[in-house]
Amino acid sequence: MGMTIAEKIIAAAAGVESVKPGDIHTVELDRLMSNDGTTHLTIDMYNKLRKPRIADVSKLVWIMDHNVPCDSVKTAASHKKMRDFAKEHGIQFYEGAGVCHQVMMENHVTSGELIFGADSHTCAYGAVGAFGTGVGCTDYLYAMVTGKSWLLVPETLKFNLTGKLNDGVYARDLILSIIGMIGANGANYMAMEFGGEGLRTLNMSDRICICNLCVEAGAKTALMEVDEITLDYLKAHGREPKHNFKSDADAAFAKVYDIDLSTIKPIVAKPHFVDSVVDAKECVGTHIDEAFLGSCNNGRIEDLRVGARIIKGKKVHPLVRFLVVPASAEVYRQALAEGIIDTFMEAGAIVMNPNCSVCWGSCQGVIGENEVLISTGTRNFKGRAGHKDSFVYLASAATVTASAIKGEIATADRI
Amino acid sequence: MDKFTGKIWVLGDDIDTDIIIPTEYLALKTVQDMAPYAFSPLRPELAGQLNAGDIIVAGKNFGCGSSREQAPEIIKALGIKCVIAKSFARIFFRNAINNGLLLIENEKLRDVVSEGDEITITINESIEHQGNQYPITSLPQNLVDIINAGGLVKAMQKLNNVENG
Repeated sequence: MGMTIAEKIIAAAAGVESVKPGDIHTVELDRLMSNDGTTHLTIDMYNKLRKPRIADVSKLVWIMDHNVPCDSVKTAASHKKMRDFAKEHGIQFYEGAGVCHQVMMENHVTSGELIFGADSHTCAYGAVGAFGTGVGCTDYLYAMVTGKSWLLVPETLKFNLTGKLNDGVYARDLILSIIGMIGANGANYMAMEFGGEGLRTLNMSDRICICNLCVEAGAKTALMEVDEITLDYLKAHGREPKHNFKSDADAAFAKVYDIDLSTIKPIVAKPHFVDSVVDAKECVGTHIDEAFLGSCNNGRIEDLRVGARIIKGKKVHPLVRFLVVPASAEVYRQALAEGIIDTFMEAGAIVMNPNCSVCWGSCQGVIGENEVLISTGTRNFKGRAGHKDSFVYLASAATVTASAIKGEIATADRI
Repeated sequence: MDKFTGKIWVLGDDIDTDIIIPTEYLALKTVQDMAPYAFSPLRPELAGQLNAGDIIVAGKNFGCGSSREQAPEIIKALGIKCVIAKSFARIFFRNAINNGLLLIENEKLRDVVSEGDEITITINESIEHQGNQYPITSLPQNLVDIINAGGLVKAMQKLNNVENG
């Protein structure tokens, strides 16, 4: 029996010939990412261990992104703990570089790796064919101390993409459509694998966006077939693939979906669930107080270009705050070089430093009671962006920017 | 704790980690400080009503969302003996096991119970509710080992102690 990409990566990391769904294997991890959301908890547990040690410090990458720059005395204490520990132990450390997953993609991740991240959106790394999966701080600690962990081999859902997205339709619309189709637990414990001719029409930014959001369908990981686009991206960032796995012709998939990209339309996910998706047209006219363009999902240069194109020569609606947050310093500087930051500021947007921002309801930009946010962030759970009685709609960079201009949910074709 | 009886609290589908503990309370120092705010976006009074030994019965996809480990830690800190749901989100599942919080998957129970009912759980065997038995699937051995050790850190300590003599 053949194997899927997920199965091949686990087999390689476990040092065995083959694996099958349901098997539990001890695996060697290639990389361990943690951010300021929970690293202080990991450190507390580490310090309580008898004779603690880090198995291989070169595998660790720690990134400040959730509350950068620090927003309170309490957070300053947990930041200091993380900064000091990283320095003492020689852990690779970033602060101000951007949102963790974007920093990882720009600097570390390569095809065929098995990566634990103490953040649920670690599945983003599948964009280059790496098995990234989110874990809590206890799992992280165990992996940090032993270099290993256990994994249950997941079943794989295969998504065969054909055709091409129409103009005005984005990867964000595609992945929201898929989550709506399979549901918020439709891929629970499973891997989501993407391939087919349609994949060749999606650039690396699109691929990161798609893989990043797969956890919102419950997925353990997301994986894309490695192709020329992957190899070009890795080469441009000075990296080689570790493995270049493809699923075997006789690999067993739990289910196969065929998706014609040309049938995808602009989508909005309504409060309070990511799978509560509707045609964006159905939400047109909905009042908003704030719009957010950013996050590990949609804060790359490609997303900022989309927004800038729509808002150039226009103004943010006077009753709306429009937050633009590049996902990394690299993205920010590129946007500066292209004049995109100036376009947003000319229009009246608030441009902030790279961080997780209102996507996780901390940092700056939280919304108040009964307020409504339209966002390219990752989640729209009740209270996610601030007050427990507030509302978050999720949409593409185009729909978010169009809405910021109109002062209500709008699609870009009507601006 | 092979067999125990508890009062149940009933929740719906997709109880996410931001409902279990909203972001604004994560900066509090300990999970004990955070515990009063558990489930507050959904039922602000709930955390104050829970008693040690109570059981939560929920729908599908319990614990979906963030990898924040405070979520299962707080449920444990509130004295909840176990959570029974139609299904659990995977990161929450791992985090709960790693912290020694017992989770049981059961498709049927949620639809037949009412809040305040009592149920009796016999570990690895069944749940009893008003005379009806609902079988429990047993966990894989490696997870049983982790729970029996009192969580993953304690399991690791054991290994560590052995390796270090």
